[in-house]
Amino acid sequence: MNRFSAAPEEPGVDYARRRFLITGSTLSGGLLLGFPVFAIGNPETSQGSRIGFFIEILPSGEVIIGNNQPEIGQGLRTTLPMLVAEELDVEWDKVSIRSMPLGIVKTADGFAWKYGGQGVGGSTGLTGNWNFMREVGATGRLMLMQAAAKAWNVPVEQCSTVPGEVICKSAGRRGAYGELVKLAATLPMPDAAPPLKPMDEYRIVGKPQRNKEVRDIITGQARFGMDTNMPDMRYAVIERSPVLNGTVESFDETAARAIAGVLDVFAIEGPEPGAPYIVLAHGVAVVATSTWAAIKGRRALKVRWKESPNSNDSSEKFWSGNRQMMTQQGQVVFDQGDFPAALDAADRVVRHTYEVPFVSHAPLEPQNCYAFVEKNRVHIIAPTQMPSGASRAAAAVTGIDRENIHVEMARSGGGFGRRLTNDYVAEACMVSQKTGWPVKLVWTREDDMKNDFYRPGGTHELAAGLDDKGRPVAWSQRLASGSKHYRRPGVKDEDLWQAELYPDDFPKAMLDHYRLEYFHNTIGIPRGSWRAPAHTANAFVVQSFLDEIAHETGQDPLALRLEMLGRIEQQEYSGHGGPVMTPGRLTRLLKFVAKRIEYDKPRPKGRGVGIAAHFTFGGYAAHAIEVTVSPEGGLTIDRIVAAIDCGYAVNPNAVEAQLQGATIDGLSTALGLEITVRDGRIEQNNFNDYPLMKIKRVPALFEAHVMNYDDKPTGVGEMGLPPAAPALTNAIFNATGVRIRRLPIARQLREKMDV
Amino acid sequence: MISFRVNEQAVEYTDSPDTPLLWVLREHLKLTGAKFGCGIGQCGACTVHVDGKARKSCTMPVSKLEGRSVTTIEGLAAGGFQLHPVQQAWLEEDVPQCGYCQAGQIMATVDFLQKHPEPSDEDINKKITNLCRCGTYVRIRKAIHRAARSMAEGKVK
Repeated sequence: MNRFSAAPEEPGVDYARRRFLITGSTLSGGLLLGFPVFAIGNPETSQGSRIGFFIEILPSGEVIIGNNQPEIGQGLRTTLPMLVAEELDVEWDKVSIRSMPLGIVKTADGFAWKYGGQGVGGSTGLTGNWNFMREVGATGRLMLMQAAAKAWNVPVEQCSTVPGEVICKSAGRRGAYGELVKLAATLPMPDAAPPLKPMDEYRIVGKPQRNKEVRDIITGQARFGMDTNMPDMRYAVIERSPVLNGTVESFDETAARAIAGVLDVFAIEGPEPGAPYIVLAHGVAVVATSTWAAIKGRRALKVRWKESPNSNDSSEKFWSGNRQMMTQQGQVVFDQGDFPAALDAADRVVRHTYEVPFVSHAPLEPQNCYAFVEKNRVHIIAPTQMPSGASRAAAAVTGIDRENIHVEMARSGGGFGRRLTNDYVAEACMVSQKTGWPVKLVWTREDDMKNDFYRPGGTHELAAGLDDKGRPVAWSQRLASGSKHYRRPGVKDEDLWQAELYPDDFPKAMLDHYRLEYFHNTIGIPRGSWRAPAHTANAFVVQSFLDEIAHETGQDPLALRLEMLGRIEQQEYSGHGGPVMTPGRLTRLLKFVAKRIEYDKPRPKGRGVGIAAHFTFGGYAAHAIEVTVSPEGGLTIDRIVAAIDCGYAVNPNAVEAQLQGATIDGLSTALGLEITVRDGRIEQNNFNDYPLMKIKRVPALFEAHVMNYDDKPTGVGEMGLPPAAPALTNAIFNATGVRIRRLPIARQLREKMDV
Repeated sequence: MISFRVNEQAVEYTDSPDTPLLWVLREHLKLTGAKFGCGIGQCGACTVHVDGKARKSCTMPVSKLEGRSVTTIEGLAAGGFQLHPVQQAWLEEDVPQCGYCQAGQIMATVDFLQKHPEPSDEDINKKITNLCRCGTYVRIRKAIHRAARSMAEGKVK
C-alpha cells in the first residue's frame, strides 16, 4: 500500500500520523499482504444480500458494487466497479454503483483503512486499486461457488460461473447469484485471494464502457457537494482577508445582522503567517437561513483588515526577484558528470529563459462542505480528493476523535488537485461547532479564485552544450520558483526543490553531463498540487527548448527528439511513476502523432505544426498540433492529435475522455490563464478575468488515441496535460517564427506580430 | 408575492424579491440540477429556460419572473422519464466528466438547436459559450450534432 507515498500531500496535516495510518493497515494484516481480507469483509460484514463491504446482490440479480474512491470527473466510480464486476462474473448492465464513505478503524497501532486506502491524487486512483478491486470480485465469485457447492453437495472444484450464475455440470445444476448470495454471506472469508481471471477472457474490462452515472448527471439528479440538503441545515459564507496573511482588526456586523435571514456573524481564526495551513485565511463568517441571505449579509459587513508581512508582495517583485537570484549560483540539487567543463568544451551553447505563471485550479464547483459538529461526533459531506485529510482537518478543529468523524465523499465538480486539501472542511467544522447547527459552507467563485493553493510560478533557464552535429551533450536547468512545499510541515529548506524538479525526467538519462539548480523565491501566495504538478512547467520548458535547439542548428525538431530518445532503451526512474521509464514508448507516440498530422507536409506561411511528448507519473503522452496565425497575430488551433500510452487501458472510453480533457486543460491554461498579485492581494476575481477556454477554440478536428502497451495499467488523469502547451507553442513558432517563452500566450502574439 | 411556474408547477415565492432564480430553484424548490458556478452569468452552469429561452438563473432576480414559466433540467425529460433528444445525445456520446456544467450545457443546447436546427461548427463556436472545466468540448460538439440529426429525423417521422 504505497500509493500515497508519491501522491501529492495536503499541507497542514500531520505526516507522522499519516505514515502511521498507512502502517496501521499493514499491521492489521491487510493490504500489504496482497490480500485485503480486512477490506473485503468478514462474517460480521457479510449478511443478507451482502458479501463483504463491496458486493451486494439482490434476489432480482441486480448487483450493487461499492466504490471506495472519490469521484472528481475521472470516472473511477465506473472504472473500479468494472474490475469487481469482471472478476465476480456478472453482466455489466445489471450493475449499479454505491458510493462508500471514508472507512478508518482504530486498531492497537493507530488507524487502519477499513475499505482499502482512499484518496485520489497523482493519477493513482486506478493503479492503487487494480489488484485490490479484482480480488474483491474474485473473492465474491469464489464464495458464491462455495455456497453452491455446499447447497448441491458437490466439490467446489466442479463449480464454475457464467455471468450471474454458478453452474455445476457434473451435478447438472445451475443457480443464480441472487439465490445463492444469502448462503454465501454466511461462509467464512477465504484466507487468500483466488487466482484472477486471465486477461484475454475479459468481457467488461478493456472495453469502452459508458459512465455509470451519466443518466443521473444529464437529468440533474446527480448529487454534488454543493447540492447537499440536510435537516435543519443553515448556510454559511465567509468573508476572507483580501490581503495574503492579513488578519481581522475589527468588524461591524450591525448591517449584516439586519439582513433578513442572517442568524449569526463571527470571526474565523486563520493561521499565523508562515505556519502550516488548516484554513487558508482569517475571515468573518455569516450564517443564515439561505445561501443568498448569507451572501447579502456578507456584503453588508464592514470589516477592517489588518495588513500583513505580505502586504507589499507583487507578481512584479516575484518575477524580477527570480531574475535577480539567478545571476548568482543556486542550490545544485542534481549533478551528473561535469556540466561546466562539458559546456566549455561544447561546439555550441544554446541558452534560453522561460516563465511559467501561477495558476488557479478553478474547479467549476466552488469549494463547499456540509458539517455537523455535535458534542462527540462530526458528520461531513464534502467534495474532496482526500477524505482522510477531511477527517484529520475535522479532528484538528474540533478535538473530536477521528473514530467519531463520519466523512461522506460527495461527487466533486472537478478536482485538479485543489481538493487534496481540506481547508474548507476545517472552516465548515469551525462554523458548525461555533453555532451548534448543521451548516453548509458555500464558497463563491470569487472566494475560490482568491483562496487557492495555486500552481507555483517559476523562471526556468535552460542551457545545452552541443557537439559538432548539434546533438546535446550537456544540459542544465536552473529554476527559481516558489516551491509548493511552502508552509508544509516537516520540509527542510534544502528540500523545497523536490516538489519542482524531478531529477529523473527526460533528458537526464540521455546525457553524461546534466545539472539541476534551484532558487527558492518567497511570496505569500499559497501553493499546492495542480494537475500533473511540476510536469506542466518542466515539460513546457524542456519541450520548447528542444525545438529551439533544433531550429538554431538546422535540425528537425522531431528528428532531434527521436535521436535523443533513441540513445537508451530504458532508464531507472526513482520518482513517482517509476521504477523505470522507457523512452521507446515516447518515440512510438511521437511517430504516431506526427504521421497522423502529416508532420512532413509543407505548409504555407502562417500555418504550422508542433509536437511534444512527456512521461508523467508512469504514463506516456504526445501531442501534435496544427495552427494558423493571421498576420495580425490571431491564433486558430486547426487540428489536435493526442495519444496516450497508459499501459493497459481498463476503460478506453474513460481514458479517451481524460486525454481530451487534459489536452484542453493544458491549452486553456497556456492560452490565457494567470494568477497575479498586487499589494499582497490576488488580482483575479472570476471567469471574466480568468478566462477558461470555450468550445470555440477547440477544433472539430481533434483525435485522442489510446494506445495500449502491456498488461499493466498506469494512471491517466494527468498524463495528457504536460505536452499540450509546448506542442501548441512549437506550432506557433513553426507558423510564425515567434517563440513563446512566457505563459500564458495571452496577447503576446498580437504584440509580437504587430512589430 | 411572486407567482410563476417551474416545470409546469405553480410556484408562489414570498421571500426577498432580489433573490436570484438559481437560489430559489436550488434551496426553496430543492431543484439542484442548475448549478452555482460563478454567480455573474459567465459560466452558464446555472442555465435554465424562461419562457422557452436559455437564461442564466444566477443573475436573474426572482422578481422578474412574475407570470413566467421556467424549465429546469429536471423538467426537460418528457413525463420526467423520456429523455429529450439532447439528453439522449449526451448519453450516447458519454459527454460528462465531473458533470457539474452539463445541465447548463444541455439547457443551452436545447435553446440553440431551436434556432439552429442544422448547426455548423461555426454556429456552435459562436453561440455555445458555456464553460466546461473538464474540457468535454470535443464530445459536446459531437453530441450537439448528434442531437440535431436525431431531432431532424424525429420531425421527418
